[in-house]
Amino acid sequence: MIISVASGKGGTGKTLVATSLALALKDREKVQLLDCDVEEPDAHIFLRPVITRSEPVSILVPNVNAQKCTYCGKCAEVCAYHAIAVLKGHVIVFFQLCHGCGACSYLCPEKAISEMKREMGIIEWGHADGVEFVQGKLSIGEAMPTPVIREVKEKASHDAVVVIDVSPGTSCPVVESIKDSDFCLLVTEPTPFGLNDLVLAVETVRKLSIPCGVVINRAGVGDGKVEQYCVEQNIPVMLTIPMNSGIARLYSKGITLAEGLPNWKKEFARLFERIGEIVRERACSLKR
Amino acid sequence: MKELVVLSGKGGTGKTSIVASFAALAQKKVLADCDVDAADLHLVLKPEIRQDNEFWSGQVAVVDEGKCTECGLCQELCRFQAITDFKVDPISCEGCAFCSHICPVEAIKMEERLSGRWFMSDTKYGPLVHARLGIAQENSGKLVATVRQQARAKAKRQNRNYIIIDGPPGIGCPVISSLSGVSLALIVTEPTLSGIHDLDRVVDVCRHFNVPVQVCINKYDINEDNVHHIEDYCRSHSLEIAARIPFDNAVTEAMVLGTPVVEYRATAVSWQIELLWQHILEFMKKEGRNASI
Repeated sequence: MIISVASGKGGTGKTLVATSLALALKDREKVQLLDCDVEEPDAHIFLRPVITRSEPVSILVPNVNAQKCTYCGKCAEVCAYHAIAVLKGHVIVFFQLCHGCGACSYLCPEKAISEMKREMGIIEWGHADGVEFVQGKLSIGEAMPTPVIREVKEKASHDAVVVIDVSPGTSCPVVESIKDSDFCLLVTEPTPFGLNDLVLAVETVRKLSIPCGVVINRAGVGDGKVEQYCVEQNIPVMLTIPMNSGIARLYSKGITLAEGLPNWKKEFARLFERIGEIVRERACSLKR
Repeated sequence: MKELVVLSGKGGTGKTSIVASFAALAQKKVLADCDVDAADLHLVLKPEIRQDNEFWSGQVAVVDEGKCTECGLCQELCRFQAITDFKVDPISCEGCAFCSHICPVEAIKMEERLSGRWFMSDTKYGPLVHARLGIAQENSGKLVATVRQQARAKAKRQNRNYIIIDGPPGIGCPVISSLSGVSLALIVTEPTLSGIHDLDRVVDVCRHFNVPVQVCINKYDINEDNVHHIEDYCRSHSLEIAARIPFDNAVTEAMVLGTPVVEYRATAVSWQIELLWQHILEFMKKEGRNASI
């Protein structure tokens, strides 16, 4: 089962929820945590994994053979990203713009373009106290996180509970991270910013037809409009974490709720059961 | 013309609350919300939209079922796994058009994609350019570039000296697009281990693109040990700490009321933000390079 933890707004507690959930389940299930927030991966701070392997992530980019090239301009014509320019006697490739689609090399009439790897990040594997851990890291200055996210998701185990920590927002990296999930937990806070971005996140998961539930973090600050919205939209509030300075302090030190306040383990285990019920019910109704 | 971008790496450190206060404090400026996939600044600045524009960017492949012979070549060659059962999943399609070029019966055509909207608005604090990326769309970097272009054009037309940009979290394409060529990046961090880790990554991105950086520690009193870590980090990276803002629930109360915290009530938070703005203004006047494209 794949459970992704997303939010729309940043800083609502996604990583705290994802890591606490993983640790709360590790004694009863095989658990894997994938950190797909490859721009700012923070789950390792909470899980402190031992990293045992790493591997570069690269995409295939064009490598033009000047001897064979006739400067016909076909590659520049077919590149949708304007990543190749052909001038008299020169082909210039703007590697940062290349998505690695392969059109230029395939369509070159002279077979003058081969492909080479360009590194844009790394993925790392390890384990943390019984939780299998995988994270991706986008290299500094790189613009496209999706190839790194794809590689992290390739490592998803088929026989484990897979918890995915997702980046904030609603655009392509979020979609890449949450698609194929069985369930998406949306972590929010009861404030106008939290609500505004929750609405966007709900639209995103609905577009992908993924069932979702809400975790309200820092309950007690702000107003009651997030809860009201969840009632109106018939979205279950799966867990409520109160605003309190003890939890904030633990968080600041990189300590999960499951570890720092062991009572919360039960809450997260119950959360997992409710997710399981919703996923199973949905599977039944889809079969019918 | 000088441009300030407010960034953080990690989300939720207080970028938008600080930008909203700068909106109330700054003179002769244009505001730009470049967090185009989860924009929040409008919730405080309450804009009146004057112009609502479609943002068309990129393309999506569409298969003509009547022409398709189901040869499967497109599926085989698509690097984004966007074609299954001879149909294109518009969410996975990256618009490269490879399939349309190689289809032997020319059954695939590329259609323009409506990726979002951008708005030119008036607020009681001055003009605001903001946007909304379509749900699950790509090209947020290009939409950010559009917002910045429009903000610059507006500032030029109305002789406004400053552009204040609310930036997105992360370090990827919308962030790079938000910070290129600005006069100063103010990075808002918090004294949590996550905040510190993400600060380091976004500072590296700013340096990579040669953007001057200053740091603001928000909610500094939630963990003083971590504040020392941030201070050490800033010292060893020659970064100036422009402000230390305490935690105060007044920030959330102001947000609920939809008002900048500096206009909500006199607290240590508003006092610190006022000093921070004075400090930034001095820097931009004296040293900040003019915005370059």
